[in-house]
Amino acid sequence: MTATTMAAALGSGLRRALEDDPRVVLLGEDIGRLGGVFRVTDGLQRDFGADRVMDTPLAESGILGVAVGLAYRGFRPVCEIQFDGFSYPAVDELVTQVSRLHYRTGGAIRMPITVRIPYGGGIGAVEHHSESPEAYFAHTPGLRVVTCGGPQDAHTMLRQAIACDDPVVFLEPKRRYWLKDEVDEELDGALPLDRARVVVEGSDVTLAAYGPLVVTARDAAIAARDEGVSIEVVDLRSLAPLDLDTLERSVRRTHRLVVAHEAQRSGGLGAEIAAGVTERCFDVLQAPVARVTGFDAPYPPAKVEEHFLPDLDRVLDAVDRVVGRPHALAGWSAAS
Amino acid sequence: MLRSDVSSDRALARPEGREGRAASPPARAATSPRGTSPHGAAPPPAPTTDELLQLLTPDGVRRAEPTLDPWVADVDDERLLDLYEDMVVARRFDIEAVALQRQGELGLWPPLLGQEAAQIGSARALRPDDFAFTSYRENGVAYCRGASPTDLVRVWRGTALSGWDPRSIGMATPQVMIGAQTLHATGYALGCRIDGVDSAAVAYFGDGATSKGDVHEAMVFAASFRAPVVFFCQNNQWAISEPVGLQTRRPIADRAFGYGIPSLRVDGNDVLAVTAATRIALDRARRGDGPTFVEAVTYRRGPHTTSDDPTRYVDPEVQASWEQRDPLTRVERLLGASGALTEDRAGAIKANAERFAHEMREGCLALPVPAPTSVFDHVLVEPSAALARQRSEYAAYLAMFDDGEPR
Repeated sequence: MTATTMAAALGSGLRRALEDDPRVVLLGEDIGRLGGVFRVTDGLQRDFGADRVMDTPLAESGILGVAVGLAYRGFRPVCEIQFDGFSYPAVDELVTQVSRLHYRTGGAIRMPITVRIPYGGGIGAVEHHSESPEAYFAHTPGLRVVTCGGPQDAHTMLRQAIACDDPVVFLEPKRRYWLKDEVDEELDGALPLDRARVVVEGSDVTLAAYGPLVVTARDAAIAARDEGVSIEVVDLRSLAPLDLDTLERSVRRTHRLVVAHEAQRSGGLGAEIAAGVTERCFDVLQAPVARVTGFDAPYPPAKVEEHFLPDLDRVLDAVDRVVGRPHALAGWSAAS
Repeated sequence: MLRSDVSSDRALARPEGREGRAASPPARAATSPRGTSPHGAAPPPAPTTDELLQLLTPDGVRRAEPTLDPWVADVDDERLLDLYEDMVVARRFDIEAVALQRQGELGLWPPLLGQEAAQIGSARALRPDDFAFTSYRENGVAYCRGASPTDLVRVWRGTALSGWDPRSIGMATPQVMIGAQTLHATGYALGCRIDGVDSAAVAYFGDGATSKGDVHEAMVFAASFRAPVVFFCQNNQWAISEPVGLQTRRPIADRAFGYGIPSLRVDGNDVLAVTAATRIALDRARRGDGPTFVEAVTYRRGPHTTSDDPTRYVDPEVQASWEQRDPLTRVERLLGASGALTEDRAGAIKANAERFAHEMREGCLALPVPAPTSVFDHVLVEPSAALARQRSEYAAYLAMFDDGEPR
């Protein structure tokens, strides 16, 4: 196997999905001749034709609404929303239609729609190109929300998402598109789509991360080891539903939990995870669950985004907090 | 005539196939916009009959209309009687549903009174393999597609979110989000095109929906993809209390011109004209000529829903003028004059309508209330562990009570 980028792993995942199921069709802006603004769909229209890889008019609600109609007709649409911030015009269709048509029709109509969304910051982009909207989608019953931390999961999970009979919001951490790793295209034996994975084993503290921060969390585990702290990194992978069973098993060993995400803190996934783990593990927790997140501000201009994004040092500082080592918030109220 | 595409030939040309003609706006463009108040809120005057394509006048006179005539050449007295019967049934069950709501048996009902011809004429033009995507007022369409009397009231009784399995009758669950179904119809139609079949999708929506972004996006997608979809707009003059003049300054059919979609503006209370226009549009779809826009100009003679109070905004004179243009009366006059609508036949039709209404009432009252834990059903195809846990917890909670219900 040769190492491929996450973008290429996603592209090969789409290619395999198109080969495996003639009802799979791709819709999105600039995904055809251009191959997508991140080149994820490079070459697919050439090889599968314009009826299966469709450049659409520039309208996100339209993309999702047309996908609903295609699903009614028995297709398995894969929509690309060009950037996270442009998913908001599609939220209406996602929340009022895609997520609940199966429920509305008592199971008669399935919506096997995959919505690919490049998300997150760190690429020096203009406004609306660095959002982390996962909490909006995770709050919507009927949607599965997943994200990948590396090329292998990118490939495997995307194919699993497309094969899934539920609608899946597939969040792609865009600043990791160029991350390289070896990718095995064998699906048999792959971890199910809705399961978290322990990617680094440890014993002192559980660090839960997903998407772009999986790399950061791995780096934190290496750095902490040098200081004598053993971090167990859990890549959540599925944000809705959350795999709290895997998290609980880990926290019952480590007794401490840090959750990291780029998205704003209030009402975010970190809050749900902290509550869920506390409900299950109150008896063993030795410190309050700590969150390392973006701030409750709109995403800032590129020149200061490094201050918004949780990085290695902020993650390690939170780890210090839960293991009782000196940290930046010493003397502050935990409620702040 | 087809607006932006004048032809009475069955082999109607594609709109972009006649660039010279398409470049000039339709003749009606010269007329001044309706309403003069800055906000456009004044109720628009009823359009005069000669503005609309029509085959059957309110007096029951069959008119010649060269664009439409060839498309209803097969509609003899007997077939017109069938359409008439459908309209009688629709009016009758609609009245029954309003009564059920007034008696507290339905939570809400959106009456279709006055729109019988628009719904029956269009729906009866569809084939079983076509697919209708409608709003919530199209109960006449649902009846034509094969919904049972009980199916029609399920949602309004509050026992389900869909009255039927959409694929079983070729009609989607009626849409509550205004205009969203136009996109779904376009997507379905695109799927028909990809599948290489000559089935079509029909999107039913109202004048108010034409203000929605989704309807705009649907027409853009449909035109770009040449999707075999019919945009069937029932302009019933009202979006709850807002007159059509607040949604548009020009005839709604004119909007299609900007998308390169040919349109027809017909008397929506004329079941023959509606049938012909829908057949023209469906024929274009089946031939691969893409979308067509039909504006059926009609009037919502009842309230928006049973919760509405139109006496606060409807001019009684305007209301009365539309009662003079009743869709059923004109057919009665025509078929009465021809002798086709005998007393016996009229009696049989009425009995059929009564039977349908009776079945609706009986079916409504017999609808079971779903089990408490059914709220957890069908969220995902494969239930999540988290939701299964919520379900178990709630079931355990309910089990604390003797009768299974919390007190």
